[in-house]
Amino acid sequence: MGIYSEKVMDHFQNPRNMGELEDADAVGRVGNPVCGDVMDIYIKVRDNRIADIGFKTMGCAAAIATSSMVTELAKGKTLEEAEKISRNDVAEALEGLPPIKMHCSNLAADGLKDAIGKYRAKTEGRKIEDKPVECADCPIMEECQHDEG
Amino acid sequence: MKVYLDNATTTRTDERVVEEMKRFHSENYGAPTTEYGHSWGVASLEALEASKASVAAPLNTAPENVVFTSGGVESNNMAILGVARARGKDKGRIITTKIEHSSVLGALEYLAKEGFRVEYMGVDEKGFVRPDDLEAALSDDTILVTLAHANGEIGTVQPVDEIAKICDAAGIPLHLDARMSFLWEKLDLSRVHADLVSLTAHTIHGPKGVGALVKGKDIKLEPIMFGPGTEFNGRPGTLNLPGAAGMAKAVEIWDDGEVELARKRRDRLWAGIKEAIPDTALNGPETGRLANNLSCNFQHIEGESILLYLDMAGVAVSTGSACSSKNLKPSYVLSAIGIPPEASHGSIRFSLSKYNTDDQIDYALEKTIEVVKRLRKMSSMG
Repeated sequence: MGIYSEKVMDHFQNPRNMGELEDADAVGRVGNPVCGDVMDIYIKVRDNRIADIGFKTMGCAAAIATSSMVTELAKGKTLEEAEKISRNDVAEALEGLPPIKMHCSNLAADGLKDAIGKYRAKTEGRKIEDKPVECADCPIMEECQHDEG
Repeated sequence: MKVYLDNATTTRTDERVVEEMKRFHSENYGAPTTEYGHSWGVASLEALEASKASVAAPLNTAPENVVFTSGGVESNNMAILGVARARGKDKGRIITTKIEHSSVLGALEYLAKEGFRVEYMGVDEKGFVRPDDLEAALSDDTILVTLAHANGEIGTVQPVDEIAKICDAAGIPLHLDARMSFLWEKLDLSRVHADLVSLTAHTIHGPKGVGALVKGKDIKLEPIMFGPGTEFNGRPGTLNLPGAAGMAKAVEIWDDGEVELARKRRDRLWAGIKEAIPDTALNGPETGRLANNLSCNFQHIEGESILLYLDMAGVAVSTGSACSSKNLKPSYVLSAIGIPPEASHGSIRFSLSKYNTDDQIDYALEKTIEVVKRLRKMSSMG
């Protein structure tokens, strides 16, 4: 019995919606290579809905499974519905994640929000800056060598 | 196909070892505690002496120097704490390296809290201790130098001849943690003056939970455990004779030819990986490395994912990735040789044994190439 639920292992072995969308309307990015997890979430929006979604992830099994799951949860939803998807929703849909993986590898919901934010900024003609990686409650923050921002 | 390539963690016990141990469970089960007692005990005492002789032989040391323990971790604790305790109130300095096993580092942290001063030498980018650094670190109040003969993670084999000479010239005791190197690397204690050497049985197809401390005649150790039975083994408690006899058997049947076979297979695996997979680098040295160790990093992907995909394909390896450790910290050994965290995340250690065949290595290579390609296709980096 490993540390991961069957559902996590299923999404890890058979990731849904894997790959970039060439004509994506926006791409969200979260994570940091120093921390070991970097996720790109690609979205295509039609009539205010997520018409298509894809991901590319460098990371552990939890990072890949949460990326896969968030794409499954978000597909077909309106932007308002999709941005409400929380990290907990992703973890619950995966029948739980090991506690230690909840922060560092469960970033996919944030990646989706980032993509939606960028899409809105683009359609409204606003410029947004890439935000720094969030490390606020990272368990290794004190020793983490990565340069924020 | 099932391919176990995590032999640096532990090995399969040889059937002949298991058979030997059975005898000491069901026939020769007396406690080796006295020369004057019943014949069961005397027979066991003879078996204990024979086991010591078997373990001592490849090290070219006297059988009476061998103390059987519960494994390499206990041997390391017994050596380090024993030397420190023997100093009494006079705390001194202990010199070690940054890449030691946690049983060494843990014992030293504990002693540091008691007032001992511990100096952690750095190593070069291949994991080698620089003899000059050791010479510079030695001082009048140094009571012990403790380091591994070979590193378990990256396989670097230290220049122990030179290290021992430096310690010997300065009159400072040397403890070698030889858990990973025993039998894999030659160590002749009649030439290399090490006062204390830690061994374990389970990395040489012997049983788990058994090891030994080889203790030179001139070194004084305070015991770390108390109880009866120390006179015949130097450690209290009813001796684990099945374990000691099993360890002895593992040493007796060890074939140096298997070391060279493992080296050839390991080299073939690395050559195949290097040829087929770009952005891959060896962790540790090309030469001066344990014959069965291959540690490398695959950039742009993460080790836990590699490990789990390989496991699904029937191949067991280990990783230095922070993501598969309980504290989410990258391997301190990889950090000490200058591997940045983004590369150590993708580190994998393949470690071979005599049970790995050529076909198994071909299969492991094929699966490694497939898994790395698959994860890189999925990766947001690179």
